[in-house]
Amino acid sequence: MELLAANMAPLMFASLVVFLLVGFPVAFSLGACGLFFSLVGIEIGLLPASLMQALPLRIFGIMQNDTLLAIPFFTFMGLILERSGMAEELLDTIGQLFGPVRGGLAYAVIFVGAMLAATTGVVAASVISMGLISLPIMLRYGYDRRLAAGVIAASGTLAQIIPPSLVLIVLADQLGQSVGDLYQGALVPSLLLTGLYVVYVAVVSIVRPQWVPALPPEARTFGRSPVRDASAAGWRPGIAVLWRVARVMVPPLVLIFLVLGTIFLGIATPTEGGAMGAVGALIIAVINRRFSLDLLRQAMESTARLSCFVMFILIGSTVFSLAFQSVDGPKWVEHLLTSLPGGVLGFLIVVNAMIFFLAFFLDFFELAFIVVPLLAPVAAALGIDLVWFGVLLAVNMQTSFMHPPFGFALFYLRSVAPEIEYEDSVTGKKIAPVTIGQIYRGAIPFVLIQLVMVALIISFPGVVSRGGDTAPTVDADAALRQMQIESGSNAADAGSEPHTTEVDDPMKAMQQSIDADRQNAPK
Amino acid sequence: MIGLSRLIDGLSAAVGRWVSWLVLASVLVSAGNAVVRKISDNSSNALLEAQWYLFAAVFLLASGRTLLTQDHVRIDVLSSRFSRRTQVWIEVFGLVFFLLPLVVVVVTLSWPLVAGAFVSGEVSSNAGGLVRWPVMAMLPLGFGLLGLQGLSELIKCVGYLRGVLPEPSGIRGQGTRNPKAKP
Repeated sequence: MELLAANMAPLMFASLVVFLLVGFPVAFSLGACGLFFSLVGIEIGLLPASLMQALPLRIFGIMQNDTLLAIPFFTFMGLILERSGMAEELLDTIGQLFGPVRGGLAYAVIFVGAMLAATTGVVAASVISMGLISLPIMLRYGYDRRLAAGVIAASGTLAQIIPPSLVLIVLADQLGQSVGDLYQGALVPSLLLTGLYVVYVAVVSIVRPQWVPALPPEARTFGRSPVRDASAAGWRPGIAVLWRVARVMVPPLVLIFLVLGTIFLGIATPTEGGAMGAVGALIIAVINRRFSLDLLRQAMESTARLSCFVMFILIGSTVFSLAFQSVDGPKWVEHLLTSLPGGVLGFLIVVNAMIFFLAFFLDFFELAFIVVPLLAPVAAALGIDLVWFGVLLAVNMQTSFMHPPFGFALFYLRSVAPEIEYEDSVTGKKIAPVTIGQIYRGAIPFVLIQLVMVALIISFPGVVSRGGDTAPTVDADAALRQMQIESGSNAADAGSEPHTTEVDDPMKAMQQSIDADRQNAPK
Repeated sequence: MIGLSRLIDGLSAAVGRWVSWLVLASVLVSAGNAVVRKISDNSSNALLEAQWYLFAAVFLLASGRTLLTQDHVRIDVLSSRFSRRTQVWIEVFGLVFFLLPLVVVVVTLSWPLVAGAFVSGEVSSNAGGLVRWPVMAMLPLGFGLLGLQGLSELIKCVGYLRGVLPEPSGIRGQGTRNPKAKP
């Protein structure tokens, strides 16, 4: 019994892994694990019998979380945009603009991916539209299939890191930071990452030019109407072309301003920005004559479904953490992670390796709700800036969308890539299907680029900017020195709970006071 | 029993369809709030609170339907290798020992709070805020629906194991991880 009481936290953690692996929905497995250990704890007298009383209050706290309200807004916006025709027009036009350059179609995909990512925080929309539009064109003109698939999947996942991204919203909530700060911090790293993708394509176009051929002259048309001055001798954009480019750029730029601009200027909260963006997307759909009751209903129902499973994972993890905290689980994790060799750097390396590994099996919602709450207090205790930490984790978690075999971007691409041999409508050539193996192999270079970016952020913390403050936000060396001064006996109490700051509501206050009482109560 | 399961499925689907309209409502309310706040510099706390009232209603009341359509994410690294029957047995185990106890605990613990708020007529502490009990009632109501749907899933699984019903849709691998529903 003594042994059981002393090792509740590790036992709970190990059981969690088992509970999750049985394959029942994560939300309920998490909750059941928490519930089970609460009962055991109460039974053996380790925990107060009133422990569970705090549960409804915690769930009420989740219900009134203003930050998470942005999730349905951005999801809804993304789903509407996906069918609004905006992505098609952008890809068509930008593809034509860059097409004549070697690797041009790949650049166009990256550019449009980044552009779509800046309007919405949803991966599916960009991957599906680019897979439907760009992939057939790339296959038609002999792009390497692996590269074509990889660049589309990777550019689609840019939506996860370029603000306004759902990942950053959830991370901000879990780390107890403002969404605006995280958006600002992610701006430079996300653009750098986009740049790295471009560099990769450029290198490929030099080393393996046959992988990324330029569009042949007969393919250089704008939609159905051929461009007048496109000739075999040379291609230069005429006024009509520039006009067309300007026209397709307007809707996304307006949306970007509506959402990101208002957030960065402090005019709107991220939640309001999401709502405005959703309305903007509806307007674009109406203008492009894509709007229908059916579209609206599908978008609403998918949004409701997604919000539901996300919020239920959060509810489940709340039940778990209620029990985990009362058996001093966070302290156990903190002790485990701070006793790693190498101080802050060691912690960062272990955490990133762990997240990278877990991302093979878990998607980011699960990572964010299960793993991040365990890491946040430790990071805070080590003196790591949580905004910087959040951006680092976000870049790392982006790989969870590209990991074979469970990466969602790869799934989306699979669902729209040709599965059987087909005859190309323009050239009449037989086009072989894109195999899942090609998609997996194509993703690998981009996963590696992602890791390079993680390393860059750790080596140059300054790339994550803080509002108005251009100085590096976290000085790993200084933190390391401080660690050594403290000679391993780190301040275990510092910032053990990221969520204890705001008391703006009696419900929350009550919940917090209950939590505090419970923590202070003699065990 | 099978009739009961069908009845519950129908209820969950209907409620799910209905509450999804609240997504649109909360988008419009929130966008409207933001615009009004900028233009006239005054905002209504009632409308601000309506946003999260609506969202809470959406995700709690849609939970039954999300279970029905198998859209709650699973980690199926291991389970996708099991035989169909084993998976259904796991499902039965999960429903009985994971889902239903959770539902019972949340409903029994939250109900007194809702009743208390209803009796006392508790109102939000913000000026002009809304009455609290309707949104608090969403918690037992939503979990109640979830529990009912869990019961229906249980009937379907047991029916399959006894050879009375066709195999339940989408418990394993690909089907459950429906990419369309993910961001």
